[in-house]
Amino acid sequence: MSTVTEPQAADPQSGFSTTPGARSLRDAARAYGQKVRGGDVGALPAVAGLIALVIVFAALRPATFTTAFNVANLINQSAAVIVIAMGLVFVLLLGEIDLSAGFAGGTAAAVMGIFMTNRGLAWPLALALCLLTGVVIGTCIGLLVSYLGIPSFVVTLAAFLGLQGLLLVLIGEGGTIAYRNETVLSIMNNNLPVWLGWTIYVVGLVFYALMTFRRSVSRRKAGLTGDVLSVWAFKTAAMAVILGLATYYLSLERSKNPDVTSLKGVPIVVVVLLGLLIVLTFALTRTSWGRHVYAVGGNAEAARRAGINVAGVRMAGFVICSTLAAIAGVLLASRDNSVSPTTGGSSTLLYAVGAAVIGGTSLFGGKGRIVDAIIGGLVVAVIDNGMSLLNQSSGRVYMVTGLVLLIAASVDALSRRRAAATGRA
Amino acid sequence: MTTMSAPVSDRTAPLLSLRGVNKSFGAVDVLRSVDLDVRPGKVTALVGDNGAGKSTLIKGIAGIHTFDAGGYTFDGNPVTVHSPKDSNALGISVVYQDLALCDNLDVVQNMYLGRELRKARLLDEDAMEARAKETLSGLSVRTLKSVRQQVASLSGGQRQTVAIARAVLWNSRLVILDEPTAALGVAQTEQVLLLVRRLADRGLAVILISHNLTDVFAVADEIGVLYLGQMVAQFDAKSVTSNQVVELITGGRSGDLGLKRPEDTASAPATGTDAGVQS
Ligand SMILES: Nc1ncnc2c1ncn2[C@@H]1O[C@H](COP(=O)(O)OP(=O)(O)OP(=O)(O)O)[C@@H](O)[C@H]1O
Ligand SMILES: [Mg+2]
Repeated sequence: MSTVTEPQAADPQSGFSTTPGARSLRDAARAYGQKVRGGDVGALPAVAGLIALVIVFAALRPATFTTAFNVANLINQSAAVIVIAMGLVFVLLLGEIDLSAGFAGGTAAAVMGIFMTNRGLAWPLALALCLLTGVVIGTCIGLLVSYLGIPSFVVTLAAFLGLQGLLLVLIGEGGTIAYRNETVLSIMNNNLPVWLGWTIYVVGLVFYALMTFRRSVSRRKAGLTGDVLSVWAFKTAAMAVILGLATYYLSLERSKNPDVTSLKGVPIVVVVLLGLLIVLTFALTRTSWGRHVYAVGGNAEAARRAGINVAGVRMAGFVICSTLAAIAGVLLASRDNSVSPTTGGSSTLLYAVGAAVIGGTSLFGGKGRIVDAIIGGLVVAVIDNGMSLLNQSSGRVYMVTGLVLLIAASVDALSRRRAAATGRA
Repeated sequence: MTTMSAPVSDRTAPLLSLRGVNKSFGAVDVLRSVDLDVRPGKVTALVGDNGAGKSTLIKGIAGIHTFDAGGYTFDGNPVTVHSPKDSNALGISVVYQDLALCDNLDVVQNMYLGRELRKARLLDEDAMEARAKETLSGLSVRTLKSVRQQVASLSGGQRQTVAIARAVLWNSRLVILDEPTAALGVAQTEQVLLLVRRLADRGLAVILISHNLTDVFAVADEIGVLYLGQMVAQFDAKSVTSNQVVELITGGRSGDLGLKRPEDTASAPATGTDAGVQS
């Protein structure tokens, strides 16, 4: 192994090189390689792990695991955990934790069910009340953590217990609240028409291509290094292939009895997930507020001295987390057709934390991305799904999931040490 | 406590004027009735032994701590500063001794932290990157590989440069530097001092905290000495010798400069050795 670092390509005009742009495909590949060797592995281990898991299960259960039916099923199983994990990314970025997100989702879903089913309120209004429940829960947690200074672990542990109780009180011992509204149920049970799935694919792709192209042009106009055409084309093509394969797969007929009921098209929940991914990523990476979230997680004192309202940023993080949990609660209720006292309970929250960490979000704050939640959530779901197809007991599933989480945390710790050694951190 | 200010020849109206500032942490009085004038176009050095209260004083000016009593006028107007945002708004930039940088952000992101440039309400990364580069080249900073490097990967001197660049990026009227050269090598120290001088020549008011009297005499127009939380004297740098300043720092008085009578109170004598001061 060599410890010699290659001289980095420099921008001839100013003497500085800039990482966001690359001047050739080879350049881009080399820069990425350097980043990874320097310890900045990002989502690479999670993606590699996901691919490895898929290959293993596909080899062991070729007849069931890779069927379009199972793939759609897998998305359904993981959606709620992914959405909770997206919310947790905000809280984890701030160096905090929210243990109550699972039951916050259950409680919000119960509120929605009570107003929609029992009181006959229109679903958009009931949904608004559901989201409001999330906002209120997040506000309470945020106030206690940011302004009273109680550690978030304790506050959200108390909220976990309290909300579990509240959910039970709202629903009643042993009861459930049914969801009957077709629109709400369709989120987790229906698919987009095949043509609409492809339309969204094409529109999304064109939009992506245009945005990235404009960005590279405007960077070069500003005298900075922007992606050259070949790099841009490669990224766009990779995007087109990956998303195209996914859309194609989900557009296959997956009903066992196509003559009776046809089952094909992109599940509606995928649109919800992608929408959240884009909006939240945008908020984190393109707004000053998002920048401040990273700053507070990296060095709260520095953020304060820079004039950032640290308490306000923390507060907003908890509100977003609980609100996303409320959305996840609706997904769970839509999948199960009802809310029960265990909605958002059992391993939901722990799987969500695991998903965020497996995806590459650090528990130490300041490092993480929204897409981590999706990648990590898929890893967790694939283990769960694949192992049950192998007829493994849920005891074994838990053990393997725990092991994977441990591996992910070790990768984080090791890359941190690697980063310290190469001076990147 | 009786303190005495030696005459200062310059009569320009001060940009910043502190009067009767007190600050204590619990039972410890860190600042006692401190007065200080800082003039535009001048470098005012603030010297004093370890723990004299220099950092506390500038944190109060910046709004990180609030003073218990006393206050300051800025540009002739009495102002109250409750947070760093307030002092930023006045045009005060501070380079802290314990560098206030976020390790997980890159150079550009740190330089613009809290004051990000925006276009259509979104971050204008390109403008920030271009202007950050410009500023760094303007300060003849050549040691940074990339402005998109994480700050965690920088050396102490490089981090200091980023912190100073961050302070001068803004149209500041007062720049405060808390021991900016403490961790720097010879060449980089020279560059920073040159930069400090250039700031003052551009008409900015500069407060420079340093333990190195050679540096202080190289760039400062005025010197203020803090001794156990008291401003014992503020004077023209040309009117005193390095030895007098050392006496003021270690004992609070030198001839007729500084505290009047040492027997007033049975104050603990300063320790004999003084590693921080080199003259
Ligand atoms: N947050 C705080 N809480 C309690 N005491 C403090 C605090 N900050 C500073 N002090 C005390 O105030 C006194 C002055 O500290 P300060 O940092 O202002 O000294 P200084 O003049 O900057 O010293 P140095 O040259 O070592 O940087 C010290 O005795 C220190 O222990
Ligand atoms: Mg200090």
